[in-house]
Amino acid sequence: MRDIALVAFAQTDHRRSSDELSEVEMLMPVLHDVLAQTGLQTSDIGFTCSGSSDYLAGRAFSFTLALDGVGAWPPISESHVEMDGAWALYEAWTKLLTGEADTALVYAYGKSSPGSVRDVLTRQLDPYYVAPLWPDSVALAALQAQALIDAGDTDEPALASVAARSRAEATANSHAQLRGSVPHGDYLVRPLRTGDCPPIGDGAAAVILAAGERARELCARPAWIRGIDHRIEAHGLGVRDLTDSPSARLAAEKAGAFERPVDTAELHAPFSSQEVVLRKALRLGDDVRVNPSGGALAANPIMAAGLIRIGEAAAAVHRGESDRALAHATSGPCLQQNLVAVLEGDPL
Amino acid sequence: MPEVLKAPLAVEFPFTRSLGPVQSAFLTGLRERVVLGVRTGDGQILVPPVEYDPVTAEEIRDLVEVAPAGTVTTWAWNHEPRRGQPLDTPFAWVLVRLDGADTALLHALDVPGPDAVRTGMRVRVRWAATRQGAITDIACFEPYEGRPAEPAQPAGHTGQFADPITGIVAAARLDYTYSPGRAQSAYIHALSDRRTVGERCPSCHKVYVPPRGACPTCGVATSEQVEVGPRGTVTTYCIVNIKARNLDIEVPYVYAHIALDGAGLALHGRIGGIPYDQVRMGLRVEPVWTEGARYPDHYRPTGEPDADYDVYKELL
Repeated sequence: MRDIALVAFAQTDHRRSSDELSEVEMLMPVLHDVLAQTGLQTSDIGFTCSGSSDYLAGRAFSFTLALDGVGAWPPISESHVEMDGAWALYEAWTKLLTGEADTALVYAYGKSSPGSVRDVLTRQLDPYYVAPLWPDSVALAALQAQALIDAGDTDEPALASVAARSRAEATANSHAQLRGSVPHGDYLVRPLRTGDCPPIGDGAAAVILAAGERARELCARPAWIRGIDHRIEAHGLGVRDLTDSPSARLAAEKAGAFERPVDTAELHAPFSSQEVVLRKALRLGDDVRVNPSGGALAANPIMAAGLIRIGEAAAAVHRGESDRALAHATSGPCLQQNLVAVLEGDPL
Repeated sequence: MPEVLKAPLAVEFPFTRSLGPVQSAFLTGLRERVVLGVRTGDGQILVPPVEYDPVTAEEIRDLVEVAPAGTVTTWAWNHEPRRGQPLDTPFAWVLVRLDGADTALLHALDVPGPDAVRTGMRVRVRWAATRQGAITDIACFEPYEGRPAEPAQPAGHTGQFADPITGIVAAARLDYTYSPGRAQSAYIHALSDRRTVGERCPSCHKVYVPPRGACPTCGVATSEQVEVGPRGTVTTYCIVNIKARNLDIEVPYVYAHIALDGAGLALHGRIGGIPYDQVRMGLRVEPVWTEGARYPDHYRPTGEPDADYDVYKELL
């Protein structure tokens, strides 16, 4: 197999609202940033893949307008996933593995400000038995949090400390939406308080992948993707053990995460309680630095937040702050789908 | 910079969904106050039932009837019910494992406050007064002191009912505040003055109309505003012979691509003021505005000589 690395990462400053910008206007500075880091032009890119959602935008085929930002004329090799950009990255990685391209641009964006994201996310649920009840994303996460409390895996003060640590870490992240001390707030859906929940916001991110020597030309210390895998669990919430994440564990195993310890983990845990689940499922000890970026509790631009976890992990490798990092992305209610990537830098 | 435009946008659609045999039996059963589950290959009873075994992916059709009472496996207190949710007073979301089932069903529990709910509490179905074969035929759950029947073995069920439900209509509505962003807002603002503005790409110098803030060829931001038109040239056209419903335009009429003077690509618009069979490539046209309109109603000939093909061939 070819060695493939993440060689550049860029993201917006994530904000509660960006209604002065269309999606492509929000996205384009990020695309320019990531290209400038490598010196590549859009015409140099072998494959382009994006992640976004029509349901956030409220418009069909909304991603096609964003293609204006990547120079889609003359025709380019392009694909789109109606998922977080982490899954677009997975598609780009497989494309590079085939040898059909040596470089790939992966981007993702989401504007939650135009709609009500708690309602929007109900539309991903089972349309026969669940979606007609409109259980919103916070309610479903709260069911999971209560299950964890009942199981003795956590309690409300422990959840508050997860949230506080995340926002404290985010003080070093100028892109984050919530930084520093954030009131833990009232119950949104008990047992989750506002502080246990991610900020709602708009944002975008982009990364560049490159294969083999091309990666070394483009980046001083490429973040080599040693393994990447994604798994899914049953759709029915009542079928699953909400206190565990067997799909995250299996994805991590297939990605090789358990072969050697990691020093850093970027977890896509939009709710404080989900970090508890993931730490256990991914066997992360206290010596692993979890979410030094602040994680999704500090900024959760939907459809980009998972790609940002991979980007942040890679950037830590680029900077020499991590030698072996785990990056995780999730999708669906209560960690239904999970993607895990293992990134490594060459010895310093 | 002019104010960025905003407008309410409601996306509403009645999704018509057909049911498979298991879903049909389950939802018809709810109408008849019967809760059905399905037995998997390894003997688990799934409620609500699915058509394929989650472990083996085998088709499963072995229906059983379970009790309309069960045990809360987890809960969450929802003090501010949202639109479309089962109750409009504060309630608990619950996962309930019905007696005889191995999995849990999501629904609402009607209790006065969070102190009245706990994991492990006994609850039963409160049926909706009018039922139609939908998950909402369960109005909610309510506290129930009864113990599980012994033994809690579910009885087999044929799944056969008179007049079975074969489909549901799942209405969905999402509300947005749409903003077209900076470039398109500027375009729409200009239209209100009956002007058409595009944006010039700093790299290839093409003028995009309507502008979207990016050059799709170069992938760079555009920001230099350029007024184009009002006159333009028909680059290509078609003759429409079928009258669209709710459209008050007599057929046949001509729909054309019109390259406004100074624009790097063509807009579309209807051509009027000339018999349909006299419209031609190169025809010079100008917009016709009607009172209170936010965009030109149609374009009509200016009377100028036709444009030379070489002038607009790049814009086809």
